Amino acid sequence: MADLKSAAPLLEVEDLRVHFHTPRGEVEAVRGLSFTLGRERLGIVGESGSGKSQTGRAILGLTAGNGRITAKTLRFQGQDLLSLSPKQWRAVRGARMSMIMQDPKYSLNPVMTVGDQIVEAYRQHHRVSAAEARQRALAMLARVKIRDPERVFATYPHEVSGGMGQRIMIAMMLIPEPDLIIADEPTSALDVTVRLQVLAILDDLVRERGMALIFISHDLPLVSSFCDRILVMYKGRVVEDLKASDLQSARHPYTQGLLGCLPRLDHRQETLPVLRRDPRWEHGTLEEVMR
Amino acid sequence: MTERAEQGGPETASPSRSGARQASPGRVRLKRAGLLLLRTFGSLAVTFLGLLIITFLIGRVLPIDPVLAAVGDRAPADVYDRVYHEMGLHLPLYQQFFDYVVKIFQGDFGTSVLTSRPVLDDIVRVFPATLELATIATILGVLLGVPMGVLAAVHRGRWPDHCVRVLGLFGYSLPVFWLGLVGLLLFYMKLDWVGGPGRLDAAMEDFFEPVTGLILVDALLQGDMEVFWNAVSHITLPAALLAYFSLAYIARMTRSFMLEQLAQEYVLTARVKGVSEARVIWRHALGNVMVPLITVIALSYAHLLEGSVLTETVFAWPGLGSYITSSLLNADMNAVLGGTIIVGGVFIGINLLSDLLYRLFDPRARR
Ligand SMILES: Nc1ncnc2c1ncn2[C@@H]1O[C@H](COP(=O)(O)OP(=O)(O)O)[C@@H](O)[C@H]1O
Ligand SMILES: [Mg+2]
Repeated sequence: MADLKSAAPLLEVEDLRVHFHTPRGEVEAVRGLSFTLGRERLGIVGESGSGKSQTGRAILGLTAGNGRITAKTLRFQGQDLLSLSPKQWRAVRGARMSMIMQDPKYSLNPVMTVGDQIVEAYRQHHRVSAAEARQRALAMLARVKIRDPERVFATYPHEVSGGMGQRIMIAMMLIPEPDLIIADEPTSALDVTVRLQVLAILDDLVRERGMALIFISHDLPLVSSFCDRILVMYKGRVVEDLKASDLQSARHPYTQGLLGCLPRLDHRQETLPVLRRDPRWEHGTLEEVMR
Repeated sequence: MTERAEQGGPETASPSRSGARQASPGRVRLKRAGLLLLRTFGSLAVTFLGLLIITFLIGRVLPIDPVLAAVGDRAPADVYDRVYHEMGLHLPLYQQFFDYVVKIFQGDFGTSVLTSRPVLDDIVRVFPATLELATIATILGVLLGVPMGVLAAVHRGRWPDHCVRVLGLFGYSLPVFWLGLVGLLLFYMKLDWVGGPGRLDAAMEDFFEPVTGLILVDALLQGDMEVFWNAVSHITLPAALLAYFSLAYIARMTRSFMLEQLAQEYVLTARVKGVSEARVIWRHALGNVMVPLITVIALSYAHLLEGSVLTETVFAWPGLGSYITSSLLNADMNAVLGGTIIVGGVFIGINLLSDLLYRLFDPRARR
């Protein structure tokens, strides 16, 4: 069983599509995405609206009510995600794959204490006493370098800073020890001064526990320094799939464009500078675009 | 708040404050609670003073001569003058207002022309009837309305949502007195499932000795189950009717608050953690819905405590609404203004209560 698991890729995605029903008609947010993931760190880069978050949500089965997912294959640890019952999903989410959300200001429940939220994440998947769960949560808070776990445990989300909030988020999502963690722009909402700190904490934990990571960002240099492999997304499709070390020899003009206008780490940049876009990027394969 | 304290004066300069915090955080918290209490009490006092000014001015401005109301229009001029002086109407306005406030605080609201009893006695008699009805209606409205609103939001656009909407529409379009009369006709006259108008059967009313005036409570205190069940049978229909309106309102508001909360990021977070859908809805989202809902419930309760005139009339319910209305129709100004002060006081009290509950439900408000 263990052999089978390690032999098969962790996650297989083939021709993933996410459609939305809107009053203005059908919107296709993800249009035929394919990749396989081992125990590695995969970066997904692309401009805002390219479908990165919707890819992450589809993998977790949390597409919004007006959305529909189709795929030829969507398998996690050999299990077909498309046919899971709600109950089966709950055993997968949190326990085996989890997601770090973008902005702790909105992604933590404002009327529950930080401690209660972390304890809830743990007890959802482990039958332990409240006292033991509390000890675990305190230890996890210490692991994400929170100096005074006892105090932070009893605080409410509005009482902590953004950097602290994101460390709490990391603690909460990693405490059940999932095999795959999806981090959706985990530092975009943070002050520049604490970004690297939070990333270092995440990096440490991912390495230490041998988890697979999907790191979603619009920040190509950040992703390339953090991941083994990179998917470049454009309008709901992967336009290039390459090793982080091969980034300098990227062939797709869009990737080159992203590289050419590298956003600098020392100031915040919401959108990438305008590229000269080619309509062929929307449909053509890399080979067709290069021709 | 801390900023204000810093500007407050030299004795609250920051070294001593941070020293105090290190020494005992409990004392700082106590001081904060004290300040909060003081501020709450201050705003209460100001609101109440405003209420008294308004009732006083209305009493002076209205073209109803309080002397004539007391002595009748056939009294000779010297009687008129004597009463005019006895009432202090020759004094300057501020003096009159001061006397008025002193009297109110002594519980002297004057005498009702209509019942020729002290207004306060009248109100002590009628208010419990309204309180009992409003409280039961609100409890039912919350217990049924909140879950219905939640279900409507969760199943938006499907049959539970439509049911709640239709129920609400009925609530808006059917007049209270019509529903009340039909209810009496059907459940009392025809089926005899419930008691008729009034708070008790007429035979029982004569024997019953009120303590608090809340008959259900009094009957339980006295261990008189016969009276208790009789009172239950009488209050069922009017309470159900008022509960229906309160339920329709609370369900509609709960639905819209719930839809707003379900779209928030923290709901997605909870689902990512593997939390069950029931817990996502009833713990995470509803916990946040309660914050604005407190105000809605308090408002609807306060509204019912004013006394719902139509319901009280249809069911011959001797409550505050029908008391104030009949006083108004008879130009019984002491009774009207006394009733107004009580209603205003109730509003202020409910507001205070909802403020406290708000703090309980929303940690962001506890500062
Ligand atoms: N619930 C929804 N209904 C309709 N369209 C949606 C919905 N959610 C996302 N989209 C659309 O999907 C596209 C991709 O969104 P997203 O994955 O969030 O992009 P990003 O790469 O910035 O994370 C966007 O164009 C967005 O408008
Ligand atoms: Mg996104």
